[in-house]
Amino acid sequence: MNKTRASGRTVGGLRTLTLQAPAVTLLMLWMIVPLGMTIWFSFQRYNLLMPDMTGFAGLENYEYLLTDPALWSAMGTTLLLVGWVLAITVVGGTLLAVLFQQEFAGRGIARVLAISPFFVMPTVSALVWKNMMMHPSNGVLAWLAESLGLPALDWFSSLPLTSIIIIVSWQWLPFALLILLTAMQSLDEDQVEAARMDGAGPIAIFFFITLPHLKRAISVVIMIEMIFLLTIFAEIFVTTSGGPGLATTNLAYLIYIRALLDFDVGIASAGGVIAIILANIVAIFLVRMVAKNLED
Amino acid sequence: MATLQLSNITKRFGDTEVIKGIDLEVNDREFVVFVGPSGCGKSTLMRMIAGLESASEGDIVIDGQRMNDVGPADRGLAMVFQSYALYPHMTVEGNMGFSMRLAGVPKEERRAKVLEAAKILQLEPLLDRKPKALSGGQRQRVAIGRAIVRNPSIFLFDEPLSNLDAALRVQMRIELARLHEELDATMIYVTHDQIEAMTMADKIVVLHDGVVEQVGSPMALYHHPRNRFVAGFIGSPKMNFFAVEQLAVSSDGVVVRLPGGRSCTVPVDGQQLADAEELELGIRPEHLLLDENGPLSGQIKVLERLGGQTSLYVQMDELLITIMADGDVAYRVNDTVRFGFSPERAHLFDAQGIALESLTQHPLAGLTRHDNRAPGQAAVHGAVSPGEQV
Ligand SMILES: Nc1ncnc2c1ncn2[C@@H]1O[C@H](COP(=O)(O)OP(=O)(O)O)[C@@H](O)[C@H]1O
Ligand SMILES: [Mg+2]
Repeated sequence: MNKTRASGRTVGGLRTLTLQAPAVTLLMLWMIVPLGMTIWFSFQRYNLLMPDMTGFAGLENYEYLLTDPALWSAMGTTLLLVGWVLAITVVGGTLLAVLFQQEFAGRGIARVLAISPFFVMPTVSALVWKNMMMHPSNGVLAWLAESLGLPALDWFSSLPLTSIIIIVSWQWLPFALLILLTAMQSLDEDQVEAARMDGAGPIAIFFFITLPHLKRAISVVIMIEMIFLLTIFAEIFVTTSGGPGLATTNLAYLIYIRALLDFDVGIASAGGVIAIILANIVAIFLVRMVAKNLED
Repeated sequence: MATLQLSNITKRFGDTEVIKGIDLEVNDREFVVFVGPSGCGKSTLMRMIAGLESASEGDIVIDGQRMNDVGPADRGLAMVFQSYALYPHMTVEGNMGFSMRLAGVPKEERRAKVLEAAKILQLEPLLDRKPKALSGGQRQRVAIGRAIVRNPSIFLFDEPLSNLDAALRVQMRIELARLHEELDATMIYVTHDQIEAMTMADKIVVLHDGVVEQVGSPMALYHHPRNRFVAGFIGSPKMNFFAVEQLAVSSDGVVVRLPGGRSCTVPVDGQQLADAEELELGIRPEHLLLDENGPLSGQIKVLERLGGQTSLYVQMDELLITIMADGDVAYRVNDTVRFGFSPERAHLFDAQGIALESLTQHPLAGLTRHDNRAPGQAAVHGAVSPGEQV
């Protein structure tokens, strides 16, 4: 009996493997080929402006990048950008989710309006913020400052990173709100009432009941947002072009500068590999956190 | 001391009136059960008492104090929810001690109180577990423990057993009754299950469509239902009803003609009856007796043998009549049976569905749950006479 079972499984295993093979192969190729090419190019001398300079470069590209002060500044910028946007969207999203869970007239419309920025293309929203909100002479913020008697601020030159953070947060806040609002709706109303009977006021209910309930959704928001925020590009490209200086150059933008503006495929590939390694470190850390959260 | 008075309590959600003016008195240490079909407003009424819902009209008075404007935490009540509503991210101890934690009670004192309650409920080995790691019955006990810890003047239970399986329900029913003794507390208990009501209550409040149909001890409701709704709701299987013709009214009762032509005298007060008023006779399945000379007859459609008892569903004219008979009856489906009943077991309802008052009070009607344990039990038993059969 045991024997037939065991042999049956081998046959089954073999069979499933053949059936899975095409899909697995396709996926592997899909993933491996670009990755392999990136790694390969990262060890090559390959600059489109200097076609005769070719050959194996060893770690030269990496050395160039890792000793490049721009890389470290770009990493710092990336972390600042990701960190602040995460903080703003998670905190803001949680508070808005609690707010939109309350009954009030026009709640449905308010919810739709609050979520709609998420459907605006990044390029478009960056343009809107650049030309209509933060413009030093005819932007809404300048007009507001003026009517309060304050000097108008040239956002992109005096607070460049802050401006980018504001724009990106505006785009991602609706996403956090959407996920957290959905999670809010599964909060057991009886629990809230039990807490009320136990003597919990609104603030205690928020910290002891709502927040623990949202923990899982919050970690999902953080994970998904981080994947996208690590590669923010369009907003920077449209508004500050990474400047002034390197003030708003993140890793994605730095790779773009090196690859396209300097036409150096080798160095850009090395940058890509570094980005992949960083993303993986972050991912491992995140997966651990989320897995732990999902456990309890 | 913990008493509760409701006077003219009304609740409207928008335009729909859900509770339509309820007056009620709950005495100290009483076990009161609100029973009624789903959607009749039991939960709403309880939530108004708890302070989770405001009353549209009327007064809620606890221990002589009007509580309408007092918050749920300050009414001195504790509630056990149907869904248990345990805090999933806290341990059993955290759940039970939450109210004290909010009140700023020091950790040591909190622990002592939780342990005390855990002991009553045999929860001690589970104190460090999260609710997810508990069985339904254990969760139920934690929810009760959370209420006990608050040392409330009145316990409120909203269908606390309806998520448990049948065996556990019976066990928890007994445990709750024991708890009522042990804590000497006033308890209000909501259920749609009349068996829970009958077994646990000192006083049953039958609700229907937002009004109180009748208030009384379980035996009073069983033997002297005030109207057709209560008669049908209390008792299982449900009481049988069929139309009868009014023949005469005397000081011995009302003479009616049964389906099939024979007449009998039901000992109820018919002085208020109009001539030839349409009457309905109600008789419980357990009071119908198989009898070859019985006045009623019908064909058996379904036969359920439970071992000790057999339920017969008998087609009589247009009606399906339920009879609880002995487990050993030899009938089969499609047999025709004759049956009867003793007239003092029958109830008569007038055209409005109001019961005509019985001329004699049933000896057990004044009995409460407490009297069940009274030393004079035997005397009460002896007082029940089977009565004569039609
Ligand atoms: N918040 C509410 N808004 C509107 N109607 C409600 C609300 N709560 C309960 N009801 C209505 O009130 C009636 C009684 O509900 P409930 O007290 O929950 O019944 P029960 O507990 O007896 O089953 C139902 O018809 C229900 O639909
Ligand atoms: Mg209910």
